[in-house]
Amino acid sequence: MMEVQDQESLGRWDRLGSRDLSTRLEAMEIISQEVTRKVEAIGPLTSSPPATGTVLSSDLNDILAHLLMLSKRCPFEDVRERCIQLLQEVQDLGVRIPRPLGNGPSRFIPEKEILQVSKVDSRTQSIFEDAFAALGRLDNISLVMGFHPQYLESFLRTQHYLLQMDGPLPLHYRHYIGIMAAARHQCSYLVNLHVNDFLQVGGDAKWLNGLGEAPQKLQQLGELNKILAHRPWLITKEHMEALLKAEEHSWSLAELIHAVVLLTHYHSLASFTFGCGITPEIHCDGGHTFRPPSLSQYCVCDIANGNGHANQHDDQLDDQDMCGEVEVLMERMKQLQECRDDEEASQEEMATRFEREKTESMLVVTSEDEECVPSRDISRHFEDPSYGYKDFSRRGEHVPTFRAQDYSWEDHGYSLVNRLYPDVGQMLDEKFQMAYNLTYNTMATHKDVDTSMLRRAIWNYIHCMFGIRYDDYDYGEINQLLDRSFKIYIKTMVCSPEKTTKRMYESFWRQFQHSEKVHVNLLLMEARMQAELLYALRAITRYMT
Amino acid sequence: MEKMSRVTTALSSNTISGKTMFCHLDAPANAISVCRDASQVVVAGRNIFKIYTIEEEQFVEKLNLRVGRKPSLNFSCADVMWHQMEENLLATAATNGAVVTWNLGKPSRNKQDQLFTEHKRTVNKVCFHPTEVYMLLSGSQDGLMKCFDLRKKESVSTFSGQSESVRDVQFSMKDFTFAASFENGNVQLWDIRRPDRYERMFTAHTGPVFCCDWHPDDRGWLATGGRDKMVKVWDMTTNRAKEIYCVQTIASVARVKWRPEKRFHLATCSMMVDHNIYVWDIRRPFIPFATFEEHKDVTTGIVWRHQHDPYFLLSGSKDSTLYQHMFKDATRPVDKANPEGLCFGLMGDLAFAAKESLINSDTNRKPYPGGDRRNPLFFFKKTDPTEQFAHVSSALTIYQTGLDSNNMDWFVSTAQRYLLTGKPFAELCDHNAKVARELKRPQVSTTWTMLRIMFSDPANLPAAGLNHSLSKLGSLPLMNSFSLKEMGSGLASESRLERGKGDSRQDNIHLETGNSHISNNNEENEETEGSDGPAECMFGDAELDDDDLYSMDHENQAEEQEYTLPQEGFQLRHEIVDNPSAPEHFQQDKADSPHVSGNEAEVPCLTPIESFSLISISQPLFTHHLPASFFCPIVREMLSYYAEQGDVQMAVSVLIVLGEKIRREIDDLTQEHWYMSYIDMLQRFELWNVSNEVIKLSTCSAITCLNQTSTTLHINCSNCKRPMSSKGWMCDRCHQCASICAVCHHVVKGLFVWCQGCSHGGHLEHIMNWLKSSAHCPAGCGHMCEYT
Repeated sequence: MMEVQDQESLGRWDRLGSRDLSTRLEAMEIISQEVTRKVEAIGPLTSSPPATGTVLSSDLNDILAHLLMLSKRCPFEDVRERCIQLLQEVQDLGVRIPRPLGNGPSRFIPEKEILQVSKVDSRTQSIFEDAFAALGRLDNISLVMGFHPQYLESFLRTQHYLLQMDGPLPLHYRHYIGIMAAARHQCSYLVNLHVNDFLQVGGDAKWLNGLGEAPQKLQQLGELNKILAHRPWLITKEHMEALLKAEEHSWSLAELIHAVVLLTHYHSLASFTFGCGITPEIHCDGGHTFRPPSLSQYCVCDIANGNGHANQHDDQLDDQDMCGEVEVLMERMKQLQECRDDEEASQEEMATRFEREKTESMLVVTSEDEECVPSRDISRHFEDPSYGYKDFSRRGEHVPTFRAQDYSWEDHGYSLVNRLYPDVGQMLDEKFQMAYNLTYNTMATHKDVDTSMLRRAIWNYIHCMFGIRYDDYDYGEINQLLDRSFKIYIKTMVCSPEKTTKRMYESFWRQFQHSEKVHVNLLLMEARMQAELLYALRAITRYMT
Repeated sequence: MEKMSRVTTALSSNTISGKTMFCHLDAPANAISVCRDASQVVVAGRNIFKIYTIEEEQFVEKLNLRVGRKPSLNFSCADVMWHQMEENLLATAATNGAVVTWNLGKPSRNKQDQLFTEHKRTVNKVCFHPTEVYMLLSGSQDGLMKCFDLRKKESVSTFSGQSESVRDVQFSMKDFTFAASFENGNVQLWDIRRPDRYERMFTAHTGPVFCCDWHPDDRGWLATGGRDKMVKVWDMTTNRAKEIYCVQTIASVARVKWRPEKRFHLATCSMMVDHNIYVWDIRRPFIPFATFEEHKDVTTGIVWRHQHDPYFLLSGSKDSTLYQHMFKDATRPVDKANPEGLCFGLMGDLAFAAKESLINSDTNRKPYPGGDRRNPLFFFKKTDPTEQFAHVSSALTIYQTGLDSNNMDWFVSTAQRYLLTGKPFAELCDHNAKVARELKRPQVSTTWTMLRIMFSDPANLPAAGLNHSLSKLGSLPLMNSFSLKEMGSGLASESRLERGKGDSRQDNIHLETGNSHISNNNEENEETEGSDGPAECMFGDAELDDDDLYSMDHENQAEEQEYTLPQEGFQLRHEIVDNPSAPEHFQQDKADSPHVSGNEAEVPCLTPIESFSLISISQPLFTHHLPASFFCPIVREMLSYYAEQGDVQMAVSVLIVLGEKIRREIDDLTQEHWYMSYIDMLQRFELWNVSNEVIKLSTCSAITCLNQTSTTLHINCSNCKRPMSSKGWMCDRCHQCASICAVCHHVVKGLFVWCQGCSHGGHLEHIMNWLKSSAHCPAGCGHMCEYT
């Protein structure tokens, strides 16, 4: 009986994703009946608030939280309206209904700046509907990425394929690997999201107690996960060999590629999550509360979010302060463009510049705050929590520079991935290109700007942090274009994203739009993913030859 | 002939010779190029830039162009080209975007001549014009192609492809056209004199086009290779570039080079995974014409040593070797390939093509029964004798299926007619043997007969009825243990008893068959093996008299089977246990009898009827135990044999009929596998009933649960139209009874029949009766219901 209940409650929301209006209405009808039934089952509510802790009420609360999420995030207007109505009905019956904690999908970006689900163009609408149909939710990440619909489309297609379409790994493995990867960066947002998915596809809840409970095969992946997340340059073909030749627990090449793509995807997605300050999903823990709103009508989050009045004033001050930042940057770009031919740096000089940038990137201090100990909850998903990003030079390790020309994504990585995990190479390729080439030719308020130089600088700076060098790039440009606060932000986000703070987010590129900052985040995310992938794939290639 | 003479004139001045050889480089190579007279080769890579002379027996390093204390990135070469007219002139493309020319005629150590740093990104390719001495072309990652006049300090013209990075540029042999291939899959054609726009553009591949090469003779032909693992040949003479050949390789194509003097040949190498160099005949795109398999890592550069000699190929690789391959040493995959094809037609026809020689050597075989439409088609193109292709002429034969050849009727009727349970073992065997015989399957039929002989005893048949009832006894195992313990001592008497019985019954059919079989055996094999032993004991007269041998066998038996026998004794009759016909009162009687008859000596003091039955008990028990277990290995082999022959039906049927006699001998997985295959076949033939019976009778838990799946029926309440979530007959939403009979207004618990028109219904019987007398719906809805 319990089993049936679970099944039912899991499948309950599925049909809301249908594009057919009547199907949705029908599904909504069933849900509302169920809610009514549950409310009645709890009994007379007039007196005390529903006893928390009983199975019935917590079940109901889950449903209410989900309804709340739908009322805000469902791309279908009819469902949103019906959910609001239903919540209202329930409240009228005397049941306490939840309200969202924090405003909007991001802590860093005021909600009003982010796309409203109700006000999007038809293309974005269609992307959102697809995403909703596939996952039964429209997560905050997608909403924030909604600034850049072309990219979002490519991103969702890839993610959907990785998680739900044909592939060598079973579905619950995929989510579990996602959890492992996200946990490496203590990204509770992604962990929560995928714990739900993991259980929904029939994963064994026991595994969630820690990697030790998972099958041996997944445990072995822990090492790769660890190195890949923090020091990918240390990956050797021996690591791959250990996974591929472990007798009954060994991975096949195709499985390994799938796992590597998933790991890198979630490492970099964790970067994005922290970099954009993604808030917990409304229906997940920490996304809603049943407590009544405080008297002031503003919770802390509101204020931090820029939704309060107080902050507005500061911003304006800052704006005046920082006036001209964009112009300076544009001027520099122009200069670089022009004088490139004049002063030709010697080869030695070029090499030194790369080394200097690499070394300097090490010295960029990331941790403003004290070393934060990962919360217990998340840390159980991986081992060795103290293992983190380590700089090349600081510990005296000498790591040979990775020459991009010797092993590039376009020539080598793509072929390997596509050979072992067909179609994914193509999708990743499109996604990388989309991220790299995305531009609206604007900078803050200026139009018709060629931003390719800036984008390349960011991309190459990230690869530089991972030791990847492009022979044909003058790393002196990076110094000209990326100022210190920006470098701090990049470095933190890429190497230890969990330490990203709102202050960092705000202190770089103050005059730029939020959409542009999200754009930067996309670049960072994809560049990081490619860097990790390159190291992993190179090791696999070496194993194969 | 004309061509040949031209070759000789071209080569006459400096005939090249040599052998397959290699030398180690210090570093991985990125590209190689030869000088015009084919005597030297230049190797370029990130950390290497050297010239080797090619001698008869070896490569000799002639010059290291990487000089200076701290070599700059200008030496880090992505590509290199030796000028084909000016033998002192080389050009390299550097990964940092520089285009460098080198003059070997310079007296100083540093041979660097000119340095062009106009490209912003890595230069992927440099190319000298084949006839214009001073014209150099470069293609770069920044999407630009630049044409340099070596007499000037900077480029004379820049071509912007307006698409992505340029991967390759190649001058056409004779005019001022060049082709450029791009990372986005495009190929563009440019006139060197018109830098403003390309003359033609087309999409050649999905994904990057890594390389292109103009045909040395056929002016309009351009070969391109891409990341999509294809090599395509385009005819550019027409208005639209037309793909005329396409070769599918197994990895992305990094380089492609036409083979000199061979119109249809080209060489390719790959960028990833695959280390071999292939030479293809583009007309035969499926199997490489020749393969060079020497390299241990990806091949990065290939070049034919002389532009008029097709037999020498040079290659450089990431594995830091430089090879000269002789064409005569190449592997010819064609030789290993079986030029045979086999295909089934829609109606079961079979087409088979094989080398003609193979077919011919086989001519005196019998013609195939049933419409042998042998239809030799000869694939056969006479080409010029210089072609080295192994011309295989194949004969194509088409076999039509006769009516019976792949007819599965026997399977269906066997499945339907076999009896698997419900009768005594021996009868089942006999029945099945008869079925098989009637279906003209003598071997199967004999197998069934054999099985009956092996696992039942002569006395069994007449006493079958009694055995049935006996089998109900709960105390049977106890009885067995008695006989077991006594085996050692009571053997002799027992065996005699049995023999006497057997003789007196005149139940000789089995004995006879058994005897003949065994005597055959004996003739063939003097030293009888273990499994034959008991059989002889059972049926062979001579051995029976030999008490020593007999008892010895039994001792072994008793030891080994102390645990298994009691169980078997019970489970032997497993299928009979299901038989509900056993009268209850027998049980009481028989329950006592074993105790009484525990000692065979007491037999005489029982009542005649009892003694009769007792004897018949002791016999089957006795004869079963010994032979049955001895036969098991044979039967196991037999079952496997049938299963492997594809007759899984036989394997499963025997498995079921023998039940516990054999089940433990075969591991569960195999059994499950057989069951699954058989059930699958049955279901394909839509023999649902048989399939279900098999499922029911199987002893594997994995199989029996098959018909437990998806047995849930979800119903909606007839009143509120909502799903009935709870069990029972009440809808917990509207608190009414669901599915009420429209006639008697009671809940229908069983067959519910309803009208599809008005959805009213009720007990099958009631509705039937109602509709006999009335045409309208019993619920009074006015619908004219129909019952058929």
